[in-house]
Amino acid sequence: MASTTKFEPKNGLVRWVDSRLPILSLMHGTLVAYPVPRNFNWWYTFGSLAGLMLVVQIATGIVLAMHYTPNTELAFASIESIMRDVNYGWLLRYIHANGASMFFMVVYIHIFRGLYYGSYKEPREMVWIIGLIIYVLMMATGFMGYVLPWGQMSFWGATVITNLFSAIPLVGDSIVTWLWGGFSVDNPTLQRFFALHYLLPFIIAAFVGMHIWALHIQGSNNPLGIEPKGPQDTVPFHPYYTAKDAVGVAIFIIFFSVFIFFMPNALGHPDNYIPADPLVTPAHIVPEWYYLPFYAILRAMTADFLGVPAKLWGVIAMFGAIFVLFLMPWLDRSKVRSARFRPVYKQFFWLLLVVVLGLGWCGAKSPDDVLVDFGVDSGLIAEQVESHIETRVQREQFAAMDHDDLDAVKTFAGRVGVTPEQFDGWVENPSYHHTFQAVDLSQILAFYYFFHFLVLVPLLGFLEKPLPLPTSISEAVLAKKKTA
Amino acid sequence: MAAQDSEATHDSASRRDFLFVASGAFAAVGGAMAVWPFIDQMNPAADVLALASIEVNIGDIPVGQSIKVKWRGKPVFIRHRTPEEIREAETAPMSALKDPQADADRVEKPEWLVVVGICTHLGCVPLNYEGDYNGWFCPCHGSVYDTSGRIRRGPAPANLVVPPYTFENDTTVKIG
Repeated sequence: MASTTKFEPKNGLVRWVDSRLPILSLMHGTLVAYPVPRNFNWWYTFGSLAGLMLVVQIATGIVLAMHYTPNTELAFASIESIMRDVNYGWLLRYIHANGASMFFMVVYIHIFRGLYYGSYKEPREMVWIIGLIIYVLMMATGFMGYVLPWGQMSFWGATVITNLFSAIPLVGDSIVTWLWGGFSVDNPTLQRFFALHYLLPFIIAAFVGMHIWALHIQGSNNPLGIEPKGPQDTVPFHPYYTAKDAVGVAIFIIFFSVFIFFMPNALGHPDNYIPADPLVTPAHIVPEWYYLPFYAILRAMTADFLGVPAKLWGVIAMFGAIFVLFLMPWLDRSKVRSARFRPVYKQFFWLLLVVVLGLGWCGAKSPDDVLVDFGVDSGLIAEQVESHIETRVQREQFAAMDHDDLDAVKTFAGRVGVTPEQFDGWVENPSYHHTFQAVDLSQILAFYYFFHFLVLVPLLGFLEKPLPLPTSISEAVLAKKKTA
Repeated sequence: MAAQDSEATHDSASRRDFLFVASGAFAAVGGAMAVWPFIDQMNPAADVLALASIEVNIGDIPVGQSIKVKWRGKPVFIRHRTPEEIREAETAPMSALKDPQADADRVEKPEWLVVVGICTHLGCVPLNYEGDYNGWFCPCHGSVYDTSGRIRRGPAPANLVVPPYTFENDTTVKIG
């Protein structure tokens, strides 16, 4: 079975063009002849799906821009006009809005696939790094796109996220003013966000080109994590993986369509259908789901530490959470790529996935949401009672009491003017309880996130004893076939 | 697998050929259907179509004068013709017309001429009461129209277009 076919066009015109500009042989080499390990599983389809989503987002985005008006007075109405008046505007907008979620979902799976099979390791570091740059650009693009409808979530999301930069010492406030083009998020902000939201996808497309270029220099990794040894280990991209990816695309489009046609607003926030009001913040503001793990890490930093304020720590931790991914090729010292042959790393990989999902869950909660209530904190109740004491004698008397004896404390409280109803109110109020809140869980999970990358991964490279690797891809594939 | 491959190469139409053509056709039809919304979104939207008719008060236009109103983003000339202009329009010989059409077919009431003020050559707005026929003259490329808005000389191929309109009453005309 030939792994590659040379590009030898029979058509004279094609030969004429290609000898002057080898664009056709380049495409042939990239999409047809590219030798791919023959043992890809379904997780390897998500790269193609991510490429598809970029095309879908650019195509729908360009037509939406034909109807959208980037002006604070007109933006919201122009979105409503797209939804009600423009032919198929509702469809195009729902594809674009849900498409952002689909794009992120596909890319997250793509990234975790890379983490599982060690695709970031030598010699594919550049593929990994360019991929992460694409991811960061996607986050910036998604954020600015969310601002464009100019609803309440748009406005306050823009306000909160741009304010992150105010945590930077000395120049933070100047940077924020520069980002806004004013003293609050306003028309200049909206206009520049629109221009950049239109620009960035094309920058992403350029990076996707480099991502594929770098990938094809070294060749794709595979579920076994061993290099192909010869043509018997690979198949040409077309028709083998074009056909396989086409099946993936068909299934994915069905999944995508369920959102577009049956639950188009399930992943959004109703508050964004209220026009932006700079004078009223919505009660509960959360970013889109795909930012939630990082949002939880941002809010997990609640204490000043080493002379650095909590606000700056939050920003550092949030950006750091992305930055550690860039270091992955050097943090992981293991010679074995695939987690299939790394029994310990494999378990920590799944634990990391649970932790990231947990962070996402925390990010959607209000930080003071009570997860576990351990009951009344008598110390806090005692503080309340103490604040009502007026004489020194009573104060000494109260200090000598056992504050855990709530009945006695209640009786005493009655003497200093606290009504029984007031006292019972304190006892029932969760803010006077020992509790485990969403922010506490975020702190544990955020700590573990960094612990995984900065401690566990480097240590495992030395301590873990990997399983024996198969000698070649074809041998492993054929052995599997025999047992099946 | 190997057996099926060789079978496929020998049979004239194999099961695999059928699946290949069927899925290819399905993808082609699906792709074409997916493209349609991207094309149709450029057609006039519902709010644009909703603005497609206007009502104009013509009670204040004296005989021998005309007004220009905007309908669907284009100028519409409403001309209160004098008896002399009506006579010129009605008596023009058909043989002299480039795009022959009787004046009676172009007006609801002889004293009112309603035409879209867009030269049928390349879309400029002709000047009123200019040109040899006392109608319109297009400054872009020299087309000359008569008092019925018919092309008499110059590069334009057709008469000025008569939009659909009705008289709501003696002083109100509804265009569109």
